[in-house]
Formats: sequence, structure tokens, C-alpha cells
Amino acid sequence: MRLTESVVVGSPPRVVWSYLADLDGYDRFMSGITRWDTDGEATTGLGARRRMLIRAGSAEVGGLIEMVEWDEPNDLAWSSVTGIDQRGRFRLRPAGNGSTRVELRYQYGVAGGGFTGWLSERLSAPSISKNLRVSLQQFKRLVESERQQRVAEAAEAEPAEA
Amino acid sequence: MASTPKPASDVSTNGHHAATNGDSPKISERAPLEGLADSVGRATGDAVRATQGLAGKALGRAARSLAKRLQADLDDRDPDYIRENLPLSWLMATIWYRAEVRNLKNVPEEGPVLLVGNHTGGNMAPETIFFTLAFSTYFGVERRFHQLAHNLVLASPLGPFLRRFGTVAASHENALKALDAGAAVLVFPGGDWEVHRPSWQSSKIDFGGRRGFVRLALEKDVPIVPVVTIGGQETALWLDRGAWLAKLLRLDRTARLKVLPILIAPPWGLTVGDFLPRIPLPAKMTSDVLPAIHLREQFGEEPDIDEVYEHVTGVMQEALSGLAAERRYPVIG
Repeated sequence: MRLTESVVVGSPPRVVWSYLADLDGYDRFMSGITRWDTDGEATTGLGARRRMLIRAGSAEVGGLIEMVEWDEPNDLAWSSVTGIDQRGRFRLRPAGNGSTRVELRYQYGVAGGGFTGWLSERLSAPSISKNLRVSLQQFKRLVESERQQRVAEAAEAEPAEA
Repeated sequence: MASTPKPASDVSTNGHHAATNGDSPKISERAPLEGLADSVGRATGDAVRATQGLAGKALGRAARSLAKRLQADLDDRDPDYIRENLPLSWLMATIWYRAEVRNLKNVPEEGPVLLVGNHTGGNMAPETIFFTLAFSTYFGVERRFHQLAHNLVLASPLGPFLRRFGTVAASHENALKALDAGAAVLVFPGGDWEVHRPSWQSSKIDFGGRRGFVRLALEKDVPIVPVVTIGGQETALWLDRGAWLAKLLRLDRTARLKVLPILIAPPWGLTVGDFLPRIPLPAKMTSDVLPAIHLREQFGEEPDIDEVYEHVTGVMQEALSGLAAERRYPVIG
């Protein structure tokens, strides 16, 4: 099953990337994630591994994932090492006026699951899709609110300097 | 079996030879009806011997198959098979039981551990399905996980399926083997006694005084992680355990059955024994995994078994009462 959600964030790609590259900060915006632990030495970058779980119906599904693509500031992708088969990707593209279009693609399933696998993928899709959508909305709020805060702090600092 | 029955094909071949070799002139010397009766008699005898042979073979095969099913071959557990069947378990757990397993983070990340659960839902024991699903998706199918089940469950047509999921016959030896292999082992000390308790005792922990799990945990020095479940007793209406009936029929001695439950369950209505496949009511089921109990850290080097038993059942009862308080309606949850 492949799901895609997107959002336009009012910050340039390099700023948006800095948030996505900080894997430890994902719990600030990812919705439905019940586990997001570092596995191994690398905490970020290509080859970094995480133990992740996402709530889907009666189970928390996921497993060990590894960052398999790290193309700053354009693409960040991961793939499953153990657990259910999954691939995910954040795709960042300039959207004009200093903003960025962030696309989150998520593909999941169980190889060999047959008809029940096909059915369970479709039945779980609405809740997972909702989690992806909410995650992107929270991500947009996080990036834009911190940007506004920085702008406000800079504006406050200017009169004092003047 | 000690005797080797003659194959049916040999019997018919011999019969055919008897009619065509040197004996045949004797038959022709007798009256036609007498000869016919003789032939029929011989054929009947052959058929009876053949039937006995076949029955003996079938019984022997069944006995060998049963004995094999009850042996603990931990290698029967098949992680790939479990993984491929996770979607089926997920569908049953999510759609039918709206199941929820909380706090799996309380299970130590690695190493052998004894998961002690209260048993619910009769012979179908639905919590084993969704707990295995939850455990397998949380820790991955790579982590060794075994469940102990009653001999009758493993001897049922579901037995081969369950063995691939890691289920082994409930015995102290099998549990030791599994723990030695570094597995997480799920046991239900209450067994058939607890799983068939009346529906109105749904929120009662009742291990029937079985303390074997404490000895097991001490012997292997592994933590006990209690798991409480509610909802299973609402998948049918259990009226009585039928302990008196099991005793009356001597099932307690012949089949290790302490109970012969009397329940009302679709599609049969009133039924005795819970042996027939039935349609479980889609009761909302919830499990809660409680913090691990490290026996020697908490109770000293030589823990008192009764004290540990009371403590474990006490914390489980408290948690189960909490889950019961959350429920507003039967079945709906």
C-alpha cells in the first residue's frame, strides 16, 4: 500500500531540511508513532537506524528502519531492516516565495501476506493516512512557529540596538 | 502397533489366487451354493482382517501424530510463517475483537522472560491470538516467543498451525526448554480452570492455587511479567465450569480435564464442553502488560513461593479490576 500526503511550509528547503535531518526531534511532530528509538551509534545521516512503531488498529507495527537516502536538502528516505516491509520518503521541493513543498510518501505491507495482507493494508490505510496528514500539519506549525518566533525576537532586538 | 496388518492389496491377491490355483477343482466338485457360501465366508474373513488392519494402521498413525504434536520441538516455530500470517491475526484482532494491548514496553527488551497471564475466552482463548500479534509486531518475529497450551488444544486440528506460531504443550519441562533457549514464554497458570470460569467472574484472577510458574521463574531466575486481559469471558455466556461433570465422567484422570464447562454460545445455544467450533461474540478485549517482577531482587535470595504467588495474583487482580472499571457495557466494552 502506498500513501502520499503533502504540505507547503513557509520556509526555504534548507531550513525545512534542518528539522528533518534531526531524527531525535521527530517526536515533536510525528503523529501515531509509539516508538522512535536510536539503534546503533549513528543518530542521523545515511545509515542511521531507528526502532520505530506506529499504531495501526490492534497492533503497533513497524520494526527496525535504516536511512537509505540522504540527499540534502532534497530527499530523505528510509527502508525497513526487520518488521513489516516499509519504505518512507520526505521529498522537499521549492514552492516559490521562500516556501517548500514537503511530500511524505509511505509504502508498507507484508510480503507473502496474500489476500489477508491485501485486505489489512487497505483497512489500515485510512488511519495511517490520517497520521501522515496530521504529522505534516504539525511539522508545518512547528517550522513556521519557530520561524515567527525568531523573526519576533529579531524585531525586538532591533529597536534596542537602534 | 506391535502387529503388522496385511495390506488390503495382498489380501485380494491371495483371494484371487485361491480361486484360480489348484484349489479351484475342489470347489467345482461341491454343490454350487455350498461353494458360493464358502467363497463369501472367505471373502468376509479377509475383509474383516483387512478392516482391522486398516483401523490398526489408522489408530497407530493417529497415536504417533498425537504424540508428535505434544512433543516440544521449539524449532517448529517458524518466524516467516508468523510474519506472513500477521495480517490475518491483525484482521481478527482489529475487526472482530477491537483488541488493545497496552504497555508492551514493560517486557524487558531482551533475554528470557516469563509472561504470566489470566486465561479467558474458553478453548478459543482469543487473547493468545492478539497478544501474539502484538508481541510479534512490537519486538519483531525474530524474537523467540513461545506459548504454553493444553494438550487438547495442540491435539486439535489447529495444533499444527499453533506449533508454527510457537505454541508448545503445557509442561514444566517444555517451559524450561523454551526459557533455556532465551525465549519469552507465555503461561496461563489458571489453565482450563480459569478459562472456563462463569462470565460474571470475568474480572477475577483465579489460578486455582497453581504455583508452578513461581517455581519455574525461580529455577531459571527470570523475571515475571504479569499480563491481565478482560473481555474474553464475554465472547460467550459461561454458566458453570462443570467441575462436577468432569469428575463424574472421570475426565480429570483420563484427559487432564478438571472442568467440562456449560455455556451458551452461538450457533449451538446451550453446549457442554466447548469442544465444538463456535462463533465468538465480538467482545471488546483489552490486555495490559504490568511492570516486570524480579523475584530475587524483590523477595530476597530464597523467596517464599506462597508470598510471591500472593503478590503476583494481587497485582494482577488490582490491574484487572481497573480494566473492568473502564468497561461500561458487556461485549461493547
